[in-house]
Amino acid sequence: MNSIQDRRQEYRSLFKQNVAKRLLVDKSVRIIVFSCVIIAIIPLGSILVEVFKNGLTAISIEFLTETPGSAGSGEGGIGPAIQGTLIIIGLSSMIGVPIGVMSGVFLSEYGDNALARLVRFFNDVFMEFPSIILGIFAFLIIVLVLGHFSVWAGAFALSLIMFPIVARTTEESLKMVPMTYREAGTALGLKKWVITFRIVISAAKSGMVTGILLSVSRIGGETAPLIMTILGSSQFFSSMDTPMDALPLRIWRLSLLPYDSAQLQGWGAALVLIMIILGINLGIKYYFMNKKNRFFGQLIKQRKSITT
Amino acid sequence: MTALTTNLPSVEASPFTPSESSSTIDTSKYKMITENVTVSYGGIDAVKNVTMKFKEKSVTALIGPSGCGKTTFLRCLNRMHDMTKNAKVTGKVMIDDIDLYSKEIDPIYHRRKVGMVFQKPNPFPTMSIYDNVTAGLRLNGVRDKKILDEIVEDSLKMAYLWDEVKNDLKKSAIELSGGQQQRLCIARALAIQPEVLLMDEPASALDPIATQKIEETIIDLKNDYTIIIVTHNMQQAIRVSDYTGFMYLGDLIEFRETKKLFTDPKDELTAKYVQGHFG
Repeated sequence: MNSIQDRRQEYRSLFKQNVAKRLLVDKSVRIIVFSCVIIAIIPLGSILVEVFKNGLTAISIEFLTETPGSAGSGEGGIGPAIQGTLIIIGLSSMIGVPIGVMSGVFLSEYGDNALARLVRFFNDVFMEFPSIILGIFAFLIIVLVLGHFSVWAGAFALSLIMFPIVARTTEESLKMVPMTYREAGTALGLKKWVITFRIVISAAKSGMVTGILLSVSRIGGETAPLIMTILGSSQFFSSMDTPMDALPLRIWRLSLLPYDSAQLQGWGAALVLIMIILGINLGIKYYFMNKKNRFFGQLIKQRKSITT
Repeated sequence: MTALTTNLPSVEASPFTPSESSSTIDTSKYKMITENVTVSYGGIDAVKNVTMKFKEKSVTALIGPSGCGKTTFLRCLNRMHDMTKNAKVTGKVMIDDIDLYSKEIDPIYHRRKVGMVFQKPNPFPTMSIYDNVTAGLRLNGVRDKKILDEIVEDSLKMAYLWDEVKNDLKKSAIELSGGQQQRLCIARALAIQPEVLLMDEPASALDPIATQKIEETIIDLKNDYTIIIVTHNMQQAIRVSDYTGFMYLGDLIEFRETKKLFTDPKDELTAKYVQGHFG
């Protein structure tokens, strides 16, 4: 007899029988996953706590707006560094984001050929490049050629860090957009660039914004390439062709000084940098949210689209 | 009797060769004519020498088992294969008197004459209902708000969606139900003022009530459009179409008036298929 019932019995007997053990395994996996998250969060959390604890005491209106005082005096502030960081982030983004987005569009929408595979490969290599090398590169081709440190050189170096990240994340976000929207656009008699820029990009927007913010955060904290390009300064921004200060540079300089007051200022500067990056992230994310769905609307909608 | 009602001979016996076709075919009665259309993907033929004529203001259904090339053939009719790498199309696709595959033709211009509705509803997710319907116009440079408003109302009415959405045209398109989304896609296709409407199993993802609404829409649209519809559902073909083509393994086996094809199939294979012996 080899009826369906018999076979069913036979196959079922092969299943793991021990329910208690299976429940235990299930529970342990859950605990392991959860503990790994905790382990990952601990250093991150303690850094934040430390920065807040030490940095908050340093922060005042004068600290945020004034130029640095003499070393070790504990006076003055990081005004030029804040200004410089905002300038350099803005300028680098103005160069790096458009080039990165366009490269991503090329890789995703026109990227089915040998050239694109080559570009994709070098892009990935480029993304992992040590930033000091990009700084030296900018130093060689801009600072040495022009004969002085300059804001342009810094922006150039940082945009080199930005654009592979933006290109890659743009490509990935665009590829996530289902082919069927491109087909619908094609069937409506639209040109390829119209489909790409008006339909595909708008569907991929949130992924692209995340990638751009990732790259902004990355360059916001870069120090090495800035040493080679904008050098650092204790004065407010004066021109594109002179050295300029930036927060990572200022943190680095302050932390090297043997005075407690300087190190306290360093903590303060670190806190300001973190808040700037956080502010840019939240601000831009908020701006790109669907107007109707800002705040919790977005979450509710996401849940809806999962359930339907 | 038109040529359409006779069983079109298979490949070998095709009466048309491309050179003599232009003189022998009277294009006035037909909106679209395909001649010896072959589509191959990387050397494998998915559609083989299909010759068909589509009468103006009629509904033609393409039926056949899965993988027989119906959709592939349909996508030739507005050069959708241009988007697919490895796909090669040979033969002629005439719309009015113009060969869609001739070198001088800009496919973008001619796609505007041919609307298309896909198997799964695919409204643009970031756009409102209004913006979806007008997408083909706005992105082609039509700016006049009054004209756009008119077209939105007309198109949605033709797709039988107007009454359900007229009060919230600004609502996001993906908040509509599946059946409504599909009718929105029909409205979007109609908005560019096409003459031919291609539908690729437009109701296969929908429930019976939504399907019925789509079918009513199709029957109504027949008065103004030439419609070619791919369907798995033979009852649907009987309900909506005037002519039916049966395809099998890339060949067009039989192509006649729907009634005749289903009641008195000439080909043995067709008979077996419509009687449900295989599928």
